[in-house]
Amino acid sequence: MNTIILRTASNYLLPLLLLFSVFILLRGHYLPGGGFVGGLVAAIAFVLHAFANGLDNTRTLLRIHPGYFMPLGLALSFLSGLAPILRTGRPFMSGLWFDGPLPAIGLIGSPLFFDIGVYFVVIGASLTIIFTITENA
Amino acid sequence: MLYTLLYYAVLPMLMISVVLAFVRFAIGPRLSDRVIALDLLITIGIGVIAVYSIINEQPTFLDIAMILALIAFLSTVAFSYYLEKREKDDN
Repeated sequence: MNTIILRTASNYLLPLLLLFSVFILLRGHYLPGGGFVGGLVAAIAFVLHAFANGLDNTRTLLRIHPGYFMPLGLALSFLSGLAPILRTGRPFMSGLWFDGPLPAIGLIGSPLFFDIGVYFVVIGASLTIIFTITENA
Repeated sequence: MLYTLLYYAVLPMLMISVVLAFVRFAIGPRLSDRVIALDLLITIGIGVIAVYSIINEQPTFLDIAMILALIAFLSTVAFSYYLEKREKDDN
C-alpha cells in the first residue's frame, strides 16, 4: 500500500509504540500489563510498519529473522527460573527480589526477567506468523 | 452530578450507537461498509472502557482502551490493504 499519510504516520508511531510496549512490560506483575501484552504491542508496531513500508523494509529494520527472538526469550525465562535454585536453593521459579527499589523502575527481581523473556517470545512468534501470512497472501 | 451524567446520558447514547453500528455491520451491502462499521464498534467499545474507568476511578483501564484503539487501527489498515489487493487482482 503506497499512501504517504500512512507511511509518515508509521514512521512516528513505531518508536512511540515500542516505548509504550516497554512501559507496559515494566508495569506488569501488580498492575495490568506484563510481557505478553507488551510483546503484542511491539509486534503490532512492526506489523504497522510492514503494512506501510513493505515487508522487506521491515525485515531490514529488524536485521535478524524474528524467529530468533523466540529461543532468546525462552532462554532468558528459563535462566530467570533457575536463578533462585542457584542463589538460595529455593524451588524452581520462586521469586528472587533485590533489596531496595530502584529509582523510576521500582523493585526488580527474577519475575521481571521472566517477563522480558515472554516479551521476546511473543514478539518472535507473532511476527513470524504474521510475516509468513503476509508473504503467502 | 458526573456519575448521573455518565449513567443516564453517556452510557445510553453509547448503547444506542452500538445497536445502530451493529445494524450497519449486519446488513451492510458492501464489505467496506462492514469494515467501517466494525471499526466504529471497536471505537464505541473504547468509549465504554473510558466511562467504566471514570466510574471505577481506575486510570489503568485507559491503557487497555489505548491498546484496543491500536488494534482497531491496525485491523482497519489490514482490511483496506487486502481489499485494495483483491481489487487489483480482479482487474
